[in-house]
Amino acid sequence: MIAYLGRRIVQSVLILLGISIITFALLYLLPADPVRQIAGRSATPATVESIRRQLGLDQPFLVQYGRYLANLLHGDLGRSYIQRSEVSQLIISRLPATLLLMVGAIVCELLIGLTMGLVAAVRRGSRTDNSLMVASFVGVSAPQFVVGLLLLYVFAVRLSWFPIGGYGTFRHLVLPSLTVGIMGAGWYARMMRSSMVDVLHQDYIRTARAKGLGRLKVLLGHALPNAILPIVAMVGIDIGILMGGIVVVESVFGWPGIGQLVWQAIQRVDIPIIMGVTLVSALAIVLGNLLADLIAPFIDPRIKLR
Amino acid sequence: MTNPTVPDLASPALSAGSQPPAKPRPGVLRRLVKRRLAVLGLVIIAITVLGAIFAPWLTAFGPDEQLFDGLTLSGEPLPPNVTYWLGSDLLGRDLLTRILYGARTSLFIGVVANGTALVIGTLIGVTAGYLRGWIGGALMRFTDLMMAFPALLLAICLAAVFEPSLWIVALVIALVNWVQTARVMFTQTSSLVEREFIAAERTIGASGARILFKHILPHLVPTIIVWGTLGISTTVLLEATLSYLGIGVQPPTPSWGNIIFENQTYFQAAPWLVFFPGIAILALALAFNLVGDALRDILDPTQRGRE
Amino acid sequence: MKKYLVSTVAAAALLFGAATAMAQDVDPNAKQGGEIVITYKDDVATLDPAIGYDWQNWSMIKSLFDGLMDYKPGTTELVPDLAESYEISPDGTTFTFKLRKGVKFHNGREMTAEDVKYSIDRVVNPTTQSPGQGFFASIKGYEEAAAGKADGLSGITVVDPLTIKFELTRPDATFLHVMAINFSHVVPKEEVERWGADFGKHPVGTGAFKLGEWTLGQRLVFERNADYWHKGLPHLDKITFEIGQEPIVALLRLQKGEIDVPGDGIPPAKFQEVMNDPEQKARVVEGGQLHTGYVTMNVNIPPFDNVKVRQAVNMAINKDRIVQLINNRAVPANQPLPPSMPGYAKDYKGYHYDPAKAKELLAEAGQAAGFTTDLYVMNTDPNPRIAQGIQQDLAAIGIKANIQALAQANVIAAGGEKEGAPMIWSGGMAWIADFPDPSNFYGPILGCGGAVPGGWNWSWYCNEDLDKKAAEADSIVDPAKQEERNKMWSDIYVKIMEDAPWAPVFNEQRFTLKSARMGGDDSLYVDPVHIPINYDNVYVKDVQ
Repeated sequence: MIAYLGRRIVQSVLILLGISIITFALLYLLPADPVRQIAGRSATPATVESIRRQLGLDQPFLVQYGRYLANLLHGDLGRSYIQRSEVSQLIISRLPATLLLMVGAIVCELLIGLTMGLVAAVRRGSRTDNSLMVASFVGVSAPQFVVGLLLLYVFAVRLSWFPIGGYGTFRHLVLPSLTVGIMGAGWYARMMRSSMVDVLHQDYIRTARAKGLGRLKVLLGHALPNAILPIVAMVGIDIGILMGGIVVVESVFGWPGIGQLVWQAIQRVDIPIIMGVTLVSALAIVLGNLLADLIAPFIDPRIKLR
Repeated sequence: MTNPTVPDLASPALSAGSQPPAKPRPGVLRRLVKRRLAVLGLVIIAITVLGAIFAPWLTAFGPDEQLFDGLTLSGEPLPPNVTYWLGSDLLGRDLLTRILYGARTSLFIGVVANGTALVIGTLIGVTAGYLRGWIGGALMRFTDLMMAFPALLLAICLAAVFEPSLWIVALVIALVNWVQTARVMFTQTSSLVEREFIAAERTIGASGARILFKHILPHLVPTIIVWGTLGISTTVLLEATLSYLGIGVQPPTPSWGNIIFENQTYFQAAPWLVFFPGIAILALALAFNLVGDALRDILDPTQRGRE
Repeated sequence: MKKYLVSTVAAAALLFGAATAMAQDVDPNAKQGGEIVITYKDDVATLDPAIGYDWQNWSMIKSLFDGLMDYKPGTTELVPDLAESYEISPDGTTFTFKLRKGVKFHNGREMTAEDVKYSIDRVVNPTTQSPGQGFFASIKGYEEAAAGKADGLSGITVVDPLTIKFELTRPDATFLHVMAINFSHVVPKEEVERWGADFGKHPVGTGAFKLGEWTLGQRLVFERNADYWHKGLPHLDKITFEIGQEPIVALLRLQKGEIDVPGDGIPPAKFQEVMNDPEQKARVVEGGQLHTGYVTMNVNIPPFDNVKVRQAVNMAINKDRIVQLINNRAVPANQPLPPSMPGYAKDYKGYHYDPAKAKELLAEAGQAAGFTTDLYVMNTDPNPRIAQGIQQDLAAIGIKANIQALAQANVIAAGGEKEGAPMIWSGGMAWIADFPDPSNFYGPILGCGGAVPGGWNWSWYCNEDLDKKAAEADSIVDPAKQEERNKMWSDIYVKIMEDAPWAPVFNEQRFTLKSARMGGDDSLYVDPVHIPINYDNVYVKDVQ
């Protein structure tokens, strides 16, 4: 176990390193010049060159990357070109909002998806089953920004049940979580259905029924726990998929998380922020995968950590 | 965005036990049309394709025509009415026309981007699975690396590096989406390579290329078909998202995503400008998902993994 | 207009004598106290006056800091601020300022001339990476200081704790404006050294307000500086800036009475609705901005090297329709300067909308068959739409313009290349004046100095004659000769329009919507220098 963990940690570090160099290279190749953004429009060419030298942006690629890496190992993500604040500070101040959104999304996904899957499995073959499965497909196929705008329009603008974007209370969290969660809900619904269907056919379920236990009790007490386990293992991987959506959803809802931060940074070629947020997101994905892999053997003893 | 319908293959630990499928049996199409949902998907795809092809004949306006009567005197768009069946957009262009021509964009990118992703993914996955060894290992490590990359951020950075055009958008999407395919192809190829009849061919002295083309690739065809179909759905969604962020298809070429992007400031006053293209995106992605899922059931039931 | 006690002899006495302090009387109707809430969508980047250079933090910095000069509230008229009076030498190269006594920084310490020198030296120092470095290029010793070879500007001398002298290498008519700009605002050395690069998040100045609280991404609070040197100001006790609010949300909250001013303005989709409601319309203040939106044509790239082609483009654009696309929130423009800028040529007619004539001109230039080109634009709304409007107008005369909608930085990069971008729509990057002086629209964007790789003169227009005239105009320091100077600038810009490297399209108007409780002259709400409102001088009517 320790050996496995050790190996995975080394792998993760290498992956993050790889991502850092690819991102750095892409940003280096951008035709846009960050120094011009910083220097503004009234700057003379001399000022521009001076700023370029100050930031070390006149150095060759490997020197720049080496310097970045060295700082990274000290936990220094650099300073934003535009705001001059430390990137780590900026990310830390906005990370809670994004994490909150992800937690909200996962809660929504699981609540909605698992319920749908459970009901569909129990009523297998019926019209309810079919409708739920179509609904799950729709959830998976819906573009997040459309879902977000739709929910905003219906529930916030028209019905005023929720605030129109923004951050602060529980009510602000509902619509964005739903938006991010609907796609996952569709996915979990289908997985749950299959899992439940498998479990319901198992012998021990028939035995429980034969012993005279009530349907509901068997369902909730025996079938559900066993069906859920493999799905819970997926939550870790979910993080990677959720990370993909935050830029868009935070933009639609004005949610002050790292997605919004990196989107603003991209407009202004604020490279340190883009690097920082990419690495933090990649870290989250890697950790999520690791979590999923670690949980897996506890759920299915047939799986061995390789 | 990764297609979430096959999550387990992302993790090496959980992909144990997936068997490669048998060769595709005849009568796939017949079996396909027996499934209601698949038929729904096919119908939607057919409507989209026909709409795209016959767009010039179906509408009275051009997609780029900014009509004087298309806006109120203070520059506001018109709601659906007799002249503009789905209303007009913020430049006074007919929305229905733009949506029909937008279908061309979505289909073009769907096919090109997904096709490219498929080719790249298959090349990498099959090579890794067949050659194994350190080349295989390196390729798969690289795939793992790209999987950990937040997909949308990668797409945004890539889009910023190149000068935008329809082909570049397709390329960017392909460069982000090849990863899942590679993984699947790798797993399939590895299992196939381990099967006895391959070993038998080797002892007979068959060349590597022969084994590859005659024995392995045909077994991969179902997977390629399934992934090809499902992948279009992911591609359509990614293109819509990139265009929505303003970095996808360039104006004035209509794309369902950039129609929403251009008109979203008015979505409270003119919600149809967001919802009609939004429904189009949803419908097309849904259609390919339905068809792809049905194909997977028919061609390759074991591939559902832990589902 | 507010009533001020203006010294009537001041105007005549300025050249050889001392400028007397303009006693700015405070609005007698103003009530003291109260709080307001202003919303913004984006986070505030920085409040460091040496660095902050976006329209959002520009006037926030003006409220936290002061400079030697400032503008009369609601106008573009220069008045002394931290300076009590000033003298300009007859040859226009030496400016001596006498500072007010007893001005305190927010940390309690008294401000002296040393602080003024420190602040400007800091901006010129390359390690500060200030975008405003170039504004001080006319001060002696600039070259050495900007290169980091000298520790400060040799041309700035602290004569005594309340007197500071600036020596310039040439007479500079814009110097007083430069002394009013944010980059000249005074900062306390000990606080800058204490916070280092984080000074922007912990600003300490001499301004009417001090920073109370700043929760990143959510809220900033300004608190009244009780020790502010200008007695009677500010009127408000507190200003809360709420961040992360979409303009539509802000408007709804305003309608519910939760906020006072939406900082990002009225969202386009709601504009008509607001203006059609008499109650809301009464609370909207409309004013001009020192802004022009224009299309640049690169004179290095054929066929834009032919003046007739450029003139044809000028005549092809239907400016009224473009203005309609943005809900009539602008006025069509016919020259580079906006109407509210001194030097604006009121009688100049410019090019009329005449596609037929435009086609003729194209034919005369040998382009009767039309041609294909690229139109670059920034990819945030409404600019791609405006570009498409222009595209259609150009197509009507045979020019097929392909749109390249890129991130702002990419457009800027393309414009800075000699043969990078044939046409650029300046929206989103459009020139808004740094200070209300006609020279500000010339140098970087139309002068030879800006026509360099990485420059902002995207039309690469370089007219040596005009450069000379510009330098001549800028050396007219004598305030009594300002009319002559403005006339010279008018002529320069009219001459530019004859060469037509630009097609000016519109000047954006500003519409500020305020809550009913806000008081103060209308001009404060469309103050040309303080955007969106003049924080120091507004007040609320419902103070208990």
